[in-house]
Amino acid sequence: MKVLVPVKRVVDYNVKVRVKSDGTGVDIANVKMSMNPFDEIAVEEAVRLKEKGVVTEVIAVSCGEAKCQETLRTAMAIGADRGILVETSEELQPLAVAKLLKALVDKEQPQLVILGKQAIDDDANQTGQMLAALADLPQATFASKVEVAGDKVSVTREVDGGLETLRLSLPAVITTDLRLNEPRYVTLPNIMKAKKKQLDTFKPDELGVDVAPRLKTLKVAEPPKRGAGIKVPDVATLVDKLKTEAKVI
Amino acid sequence: MTVLVIAEHDHATVKPATLNTVTAAIACGSGDVHILVAGANAAEAAAAAAKIAGVAKVIAADSASLAENLAENVAAQVLAIAGNYSHILFPATASGKNVAPRVAAKLDVAQISDITKVDSADTFERPIYAGNAIATVQSSDKIKVLTVRTTGFDAAAAEGGSASVENAEGVADSGKSSFVGREVTKSERPELTAAKIIVSGGRALGSAEKFQEVMAPLADKLGAGLGASRAAVDAGYAPNDWQVGQTGKIVAPQLYIAAGISGAIQHLAGMKDSKVIVAINKDEEAPIFSVADYGLVADLFTAVPELVKAL
Repeated sequence: MKVLVPVKRVVDYNVKVRVKSDGTGVDIANVKMSMNPFDEIAVEEAVRLKEKGVVTEVIAVSCGEAKCQETLRTAMAIGADRGILVETSEELQPLAVAKLLKALVDKEQPQLVILGKQAIDDDANQTGQMLAALADLPQATFASKVEVAGDKVSVTREVDGGLETLRLSLPAVITTDLRLNEPRYVTLPNIMKAKKKQLDTFKPDELGVDVAPRLKTLKVAEPPKRGAGIKVPDVATLVDKLKTEAKVI
Repeated sequence: MTVLVIAEHDHATVKPATLNTVTAAIACGSGDVHILVAGANAAEAAAAAAKIAGVAKVIAADSASLAENLAENVAAQVLAIAGNYSHILFPATASGKNVAPRVAAKLDVAQISDITKVDSADTFERPIYAGNAIATVQSSDKIKVLTVRTTGFDAAAAEGGSASVENAEGVADSGKSSFVGREVTKSERPELTAAKIIVSGGRALGSAEKFQEVMAPLADKLGAGLGASRAAVDAGYAPNDWQVGQTGKIVAPQLYIAAGISGAIQHLAGMKDSKVIVAINKDEEAPIFSVADYGLVADLFTAVPELVKAL
């Protein structure tokens, strides 16, 4: 059985982004880029399923500019067997990405698609659910445990108030939460091996998808700044300030 | 321009996140606000929704297929009536985030996630990059599908309205997913997203036992909700649904006390809109102090018990 794992190239999670002074976006020139952390968890999960013998092939997909190849190579260094790049310089919004992935699902017929639950740049948390809807597949978002048994998959999900478990018929879409697994470190030999793995490139129109953005970003601004307050010397002062100055207790 | 709110409920009561979503819905348009209560034996929840101030009509869809809030079925229920509305709003809770994109994709419209402000009927503000930037986005789609960050909007009054309740036929089960079980974290404490005071602990607590031993008495004393940093949750000191941050819960209580939390940007993203922030940390360079109104440089193992006594 095949697994498709979409991966997104994003600003590294350790980088504190700066808003451009003209308000058109955030400045990502010369900033470290990495694979979206949730997607790394998705790749790891797919590779573990392969190592358990449940899965035969792991295909990583990335949509965006040519540099997304680097992200695909990282996925292949973790253990994905091959990569697909959907190359475009257009701004891609979640609906467009979901449509591109739907076209690839039709082409590759995977039994599972595992995605990160959200990308840490636009924080949208949409693509997996949108793909599931477009491909008319069942979904389990925010997964913390995945078990495939026959033609079903049981997924434990992190929800408000605790955990819940669903059973989905395959094919299905899963999105990962933080505690699903801890991705392995990629080793140099595996990075070298990944360079030789197959990587195919498509353009959105080859897949018959219109990726034109639906949302227009009018402005990007700094959030209101919260100034640092004061340091208090001891607990007694703290309690006094909370009671008499902040009046919150 | 009628606006639809998808209620968050447990079939008997309407969850508070729905009230903030109603306020956002009122800001979206000049027309009526309707609420969909999709549930099983959920007449009580529908009756509660009808009392929310500002709501003109409750649509109650009652069906066994809606008992467990499965995304496939709930989305189908929303889609059955979606064409009547200019805006469809979900609270940005685990459940709302699960269902909304399915609805948007089927309608072939973009979704705008986690809105914190309505500028006009087609223009909204939302945080990106863990709240380090605020984007103003405009939608050209006919139906706007939105999820609402509850901390961005006041709660509508839960009482005072007298909406009509209209029954709608429940959708059939998709047959593709089924509910197996649920492990609910039992707690007498207020829910994080609704708590007036939150007491949060970090990795410095060192163990699940210490987390309970040190943080629980403070939460009890203040009647506060208990939160945790991602590091504390990953280490197993606290359950996952206590996590406050970019990818956990977004909270904005009157008072947020962070003990032993260094203040990674991902954590700050989840709590920096709190009215008053107190940080207790041994490391005086910890980034949490840059957003704290009151900082106490101290060992939490002595300072927190002392605080419990002093309150």
